[in-house]
Amino acid sequence: MFGYYLDLALRSLKRNKALTVLMVLAIALGIGASMTTLTVLHVLSGDPLPGKSGQLYYPQIDPQDIRGMDPSKEPPEQVTLIDGLNLLRAGRADHQALMSGGSVPVQPEQSSLDPFYVEARYTTADFFAMFDAPFLYGHGWTAADGEAKAREVVIARSLNDKLFGGANSVGRTLRMAGTSFRVVGVLDSWQPNPHFYDLNTGSYAYGEQVFLPLQTMLELRLDRNGSSDCWGNGGGGVGNILPSNDCVWLQFWVQLDSPAKAAAYKEFLVHYSQDQKALGRFQRAPNVRLRNVMQWLDYQMVVPDDVRLQTALAFGFLLVCLVNTVGLMLAKFMRRAAELGVRRALGASRRALFAQLLIESGVIGLVGGIGGLLLAMFGLWLVRQRPSAYAALAHLDLSMLFTTFVLALCATLLAGLLPAWRACQVTPALQLKSN
Amino acid sequence: MQIQPILAALRKHRLATILITLEIALACAVLCNACFLIVNRVQQTQVVSGVDENALAALKLTGYDPTRGVDLNARVLDGLAKLPGVQSISAINQVPFGDHAGTAGITTDPDGKHFGGVVDFFVGGPGSFKALGVQVVAGRVPQPGDYQPVDFFVPDDSAVWVTRALAEHLWPGADPLGKEFWTGKFHFRVAGVLAHLARPYGGEGGPSTIEWSVYVPAQPGAQLAAVYLLRADPAQLPRVLRDARGAMATIAPDAVLDSKASQTIGTLRENYFRQDRVMAGILVGVITALLLVTALGIVGLASFWVQQRRRQIGIRRALGATRGDILRYFQTENFLIVTFGIVLGMLLAFALNLALMTHYELPRLPLYYLPIGALLLWALGQLAVLGPALRAAAVPPVVATRSV
Repeated sequence: MFGYYLDLALRSLKRNKALTVLMVLAIALGIGASMTTLTVLHVLSGDPLPGKSGQLYYPQIDPQDIRGMDPSKEPPEQVTLIDGLNLLRAGRADHQALMSGGSVPVQPEQSSLDPFYVEARYTTADFFAMFDAPFLYGHGWTAADGEAKAREVVIARSLNDKLFGGANSVGRTLRMAGTSFRVVGVLDSWQPNPHFYDLNTGSYAYGEQVFLPLQTMLELRLDRNGSSDCWGNGGGGVGNILPSNDCVWLQFWVQLDSPAKAAAYKEFLVHYSQDQKALGRFQRAPNVRLRNVMQWLDYQMVVPDDVRLQTALAFGFLLVCLVNTVGLMLAKFMRRAAELGVRRALGASRRALFAQLLIESGVIGLVGGIGGLLLAMFGLWLVRQRPSAYAALAHLDLSMLFTTFVLALCATLLAGLLPAWRACQVTPALQLKSN
Repeated sequence: MQIQPILAALRKHRLATILITLEIALACAVLCNACFLIVNRVQQTQVVSGVDENALAALKLTGYDPTRGVDLNARVLDGLAKLPGVQSISAINQVPFGDHAGTAGITTDPDGKHFGGVVDFFVGGPGSFKALGVQVVAGRVPQPGDYQPVDFFVPDDSAVWVTRALAEHLWPGADPLGKEFWTGKFHFRVAGVLAHLARPYGGEGGPSTIEWSVYVPAQPGAQLAAVYLLRADPAQLPRVLRDARGAMATIAPDAVLDSKASQTIGTLRENYFRQDRVMAGILVGVITALLLVTALGIVGLASFWVQQRRRQIGIRRALGATRGDILRYFQTENFLIVTFGIVLGMLLAFALNLALMTHYELPRLPLYYLPIGALLLWALGQLAVLGPALRAAAVPPVVATRSV
């Protein structure tokens, strides 16, 4: 029966080419626009570390002075150096890392290369294990090396390619900011999107080229980038001057393998705040947060407003296209009242007619979906030409490809329901008589 | 033209009428709001920077030895001044639409109790005030004695120039000249008021804070180095900037030129607003597609109706109706349907606007968008129905005598 209905549907669609093209076009445009924006939204709100992000938490504590205190306010989004080091050394989590970003000048040995700047991450040792950063050669530095302010560096694969021709450079020397560093590891291509562990760098398509121990950076006073929020008489944070103790400017991440551990850690943060208040360092009542990666990204609203707006607009457009299709299908089905009347008179049930008409709308949906897919690919190509940082990430993946067809098919079937029902209401006798 | 029979006919086609009405209503709602968004975006890009954008360029150096800032300044200021076409070269910490370098919170009392907001400090060396081309609306212009050395960030105690917008925010209705404010230990006294000066990255507190800027005269030094303001004749500016960028390699071989930040202010402005222009372009695309789809829908349904009513049209023609009568019938019918749609659409437009207002920083939809949207949709409807209506008018009276 399905094959027969399909045949009928194709014949009917061929009979009225203009109307069919109009319907397919409307569906394709609507699907194309919504899939383009939905794909961008999907890419941007994706999980940077699938499988791991649920165990990574970003503790927030409130070290600010009493001025402007409001218990309902969120604590600062970063930590001070003192708190960061305290929490780090407390070592209450399965892994923990304190970090900040910056840029350092690289002075290559080759005379053919001019000195250039690279993005740097200053971090403590657990960073690599905690974020599952893949090593191509070597490994990270140890916590002891970090504390000893070792002149050790982990470099990204692209920098390794540029400086060492892609060879295993572990043990080689890299001169940066007038200091010689020993390469201890080379990371394979690794760029979590969004750049969740430090969103000050821009949320998307940002990757560091070198990773240095934080303590080494503190000693060498390397240039720091990123935000610093100060209160009271806090200041600094310009160029190589470190922000003062009344400033938050570091990111602190912990790995907690179970919800129980997370609850215990939150408890620990409250105790820590109380202790610091007793010591006179903190003035406010404990105000702590412990968000995991996805909660943190959500709270930081990393997905640009524009992208959300575009998605909303595109779905508004799809709705208009669908209403349009409903109208056109109604016209098309009603025009065939006579034919449907004959079929009814010959014994076809209403259900059979309904199924036949729905299959016809399904065919339109499928063709519209293919058109929409092509349009979405074109749309994403257009997105990639745009100047935004996330532009390069806009690619259709398999799940989105599947979603496109499901969306197109469901949308047109939904659009076909009303016209099909209406057309099934024909009274066979009346239709036969008028002919 | 009588409306009564048209309405009676539409009642017979209730479902189709409702559908077109709904489509017009949705289109109206999206259209009004999308147009409003476009206008909003375009307005944002029209920010008045207050400086002579087409005559200015910024040059930024990085990677130099911070202890040798004084020496670097001397070399660059000296070296670039000699380049042909350079009208002036001066040290400055930041330029409009460039990287921001001097953002801080201020208080209007020395104890730091009365918070005045987060403002941007333009710290500029001698010559930068004149080069910027900012307009002084009250007070004096900086004198050579106003340029003081900087120990950290800004001079400890300085005469400053604030924008009219900031003055109005800090001391509403009062004369800002001679007023004081502080940031930490730094003390400022207002010596003049500027018409406009936009901060590098816009206001964090929304569009109203985009001009919360302060100009602080200061001596170039270790703390005010590596960013320079170049002024040249607008016609020659691109060439002069190219020469200056090239000359940096010999003047300051110990530093790295930040080429993204070393651009004309015009280029920086263009880059700064690129995202907004792209968004406006996308919105225009959505509107065009929307109108196109709506028009096609009207054409489709109108054609169907014309075909369905061929006999009736023939009968009317046989009874003496002219071609014009038939044409006007379909046009009036379309006008009525579109009008229903617009009425519904206006309500939807406001609902959509309210929803957008809660999620995005967006003002209320001004009322005048509605008549404009209505006119556009009426025109679209008439245009779309014209083809089918003409076909209807061409139906000969003889059709009435045939049984389809």
